[in-house]
Amino acid sequence: MLEHLVGKKSNKVLTTVERGAVKKFAEAIGETHPIYTDREYGLKSKYGDNIAPPTFPRTFDYGSIEGLELPKAGLIHGEQSFEYARPLVIGDVFYCSSLVESYVEKTTKTGNLGFLTLLNIGETESGEVLFKSRIVIILTETVRELMKHGNHSNA
Amino acid sequence: MATIQTLKPGDQLPTIECPPVTRLDLIKYAGASGDYNPIHTIDDEARKAGLPGIIAHGMWSMGQLSRIVSPYLHEGFVKSYSVRFHAMVFLGDQLSLKAQLQEIQNDEYLFNVEAVKQTGEVAVKGTLIFKVI
Repeated sequence: MLEHLVGKKSNKVLTTVERGAVKKFAEAIGETHPIYTDREYGLKSKYGDNIAPPTFPRTFDYGSIEGLELPKAGLIHGEQSFEYARPLVIGDVFYCSSLVESYVEKTTKTGNLGFLTLLNIGETESGEVLFKSRIVIILTETVRELMKHGNHSNA
Repeated sequence: MATIQTLKPGDQLPTIECPPVTRLDLIKYAGASGDYNPIHTIDDEARKAGLPGIIAHGMWSMGQLSRIVSPYLHEGFVKSYSVRFHAMVFLGDQLSLKAQLQEIQNDEYLFNVEAVKQTGEVAVKGTLIFKVI
């Protein structure tokens, strides 16, 4: 039911890697390595400052894709990946955007499921890609029914 | 200091044992990540969604699991990290974080990684490439 959205892109959102946000995020995942939070350690590192943990890009805003309105509840996070050209460094400024990469429906032992793959990208103003992140969201039949009926509130 | 360059394919990294998941862990992660889906923090909302109780954010478990290569961060960085979410993680669950070196290609170390619950069920499983620079 979302096949028609494949290839659609979001607007680009200007993003900054913030020191406080990285510190809170590192704490929340139990990460204590000084490369993420100790300023002195960061300054002396090859990156010249602290870096962000590999899963940090999940905190960014990737804009909105016209026509893609997912319900707030009932979605299943199936898969997630991150690919980096280099680590993100505190103070990095870039643009985040999202693309509907694919949508397929498959019959599995738990019913007919929809698999929506979004490709999230962080790139500099000159188009240098810093990271790519894929997220696979699984839409159950129940969730798809609710979407058809335009119920986008808490399912 | 640990060095990745002494590892050989088949070697296991030291397992990290996480303490039991608490509600506060998930409230903190919700705040730090901006993911306020209430099934991760509010019992009633989790039950309304058909769950026996609140569940950890998949990304919380994936974030925890990324720590498995942190002893080597002075030598390089995580170039790619990809997982599939298998079993749900509930309050009180204890994750064991594991990694095994699969192969080395030039300066890239490919690990199979997984977070396993105290029941033996795999919660998160995938691969991670650590690049030495």
